Amino acid sequence: MASTPRAAWALAPAFALLLAFWLLPLAHLMLLGGQSRDSQGSGYWQVLSSAQYLGSLVQTCALAVVVTLTALVIGGISGVFLARQQFSGRSALVALLTFPLAFPGVVVGFLVILLAGRQGLFAALGLQLAGERWIFAYSLVGLFVGYLYFSIPRVILTVMAACESLDRSLEEAAHSLGAGHWRVVCDVIIPGLAPALASCGAICFATSMGAFGTAFTLGTRLNVTPVAIYNVFTNYANFAVAAALSVVLGAVTWAVLLLTRRLVKNAGTVL
Amino acid sequence: MKRSSLFVLQLLFTLLVCAFMLVPVLLSLMAGLTRNFFVGLSSGLTFDWLVQVWQAYSPTVWLSLQLALACAVCVCVVGVPAAYALVRMNNRFSRAFEELMVLPVAMPGLASALALLLTYGQFGAFRSSWLFILVGHVLFTLPFLVRPVMAVMQRQQLPVLEEAAASLGAGPIKRFFSVVVPNCRAGILAGVLMVVTLSLGEFNLTWMLHTPMTKTLPVGLADSYASARLEIASAYTLIFLLMIVPLLIALQAISARLSRGERR
Repeated sequence: MASTPRAAWALAPAFALLLAFWLLPLAHLMLLGGQSRDSQGSGYWQVLSSAQYLGSLVQTCALAVVVTLTALVIGGISGVFLARQQFSGRSALVALLTFPLAFPGVVVGFLVILLAGRQGLFAALGLQLAGERWIFAYSLVGLFVGYLYFSIPRVILTVMAACESLDRSLEEAAHSLGAGHWRVVCDVIIPGLAPALASCGAICFATSMGAFGTAFTLGTRLNVTPVAIYNVFTNYANFAVAAALSVVLGAVTWAVLLLTRRLVKNAGTVL
Repeated sequence: MKRSSLFVLQLLFTLLVCAFMLVPVLLSLMAGLTRNFFVGLSSGLTFDWLVQVWQAYSPTVWLSLQLALACAVCVCVVGVPAAYALVRMNNRFSRAFEELMVLPVAMPGLASALALLLTYGQFGAFRSSWLFILVGHVLFTLPFLVRPVMAVMQRQQLPVLEEAAASLGAGPIKRFFSVVVPNCRAGILAGVLMVVTLSLGEFNLTWMLHTPMTKTLPVGLADSYASARLEIASAYTLIFLLMIVPLLIALQAISARLSRGERR
């Protein structure tokens, strides 16, 4: 029987990798954010005192929250339905709905352009129906659609998994006591799914905060933080501000994940 | 059995969600195969765009495949022993390590990439080789192998088998390779498929880490979205989807088998 100290050696390569290529660079990034250039104050100060950077952070957070809530509602309804009902074609439907989970952000951005870009489906539809092209891909609405696209499959998968461990007798008891459909949904199903919904929501939020690829495809003029970091880094070569913005973005994301973890114990998550 | 109206409503809603997921993909397939997307299908179908994409971008496909396979090998070498250690230790330290391992995935990829770039960017030879991207991919995909392998290790009668091997005189290294690894094959396979899929599509880190000489498939995709015409971009996306969808189907089949094993 391998004893615990000996088993710990097997962890050494992974630990060395994380230490050298993630923890140390991250610490370096945090220090860099504190440096100043041209007597403008440290990177952190520049971020916190600039309306533009703070605005992009607030906008990114707000967008991520709205996307998360919308995805939870849509994915929740479809997830419960798919977990509870048996009908022909169900597994094919589940497979189709979960494929987009592995699509990279750039591809999702392109799909949004095909839907709502200049030559997109909605532009053609609008031309037919209202005589004007409906184009919303290159704005925050397009970003919203893109983030929704890769959040919904995640919610559906989590909700379906959580439904399987739900105690159905509680619902039957509620029904037999005369509760209507909505009462059962509000008082039995939603509380039962709450831990899974919360932890999945946190991951959706985190993904939306850092989704650089989608924003990059839809246009680098969008004022969301990942794009702001990229612009500051490549266009102005201002490493201090780029580092500070990354650290703040990472800290907000991590804080939300940690807070959810505290609130919800032992919730199974799909990464 | 007659279905209630609630069932019909929910089905319609789910089909609508499915349409939202599927219609853009179908549009992309169509655009990549029509002669002129602006005119529509009436302009005829063609493989010309695919051929053009292949001529212009095939190096990105090969580099991405090379990266994905190397990433899978690295993650296995690092991740399988780590999963074993984490399951065996199961104490406060191992749980903290698990959290640490997931952080590069949870954190915005751009931040991790920037940190890597600002720290190791001055080592020119390393910076300009594909190994620089490989490091990023390994960090990002590690938990996706460790988690399924841990799940398989936790539920099997592994300690009993190991004890039997030990009593027959097998040392720790031999036990690991001849008892532990063969018993976790399904978990390792699921993890490897996930790692390859994610590595093929990784963009947030790669965009910061790549150089003009080390363009991966998603980097090439971003290039074509920004500069090429819609048909070329669509045909390129089609090639990417052709690579990734078989992997996803295999992944679903394996995870279905794994979860059936769990219930048994």
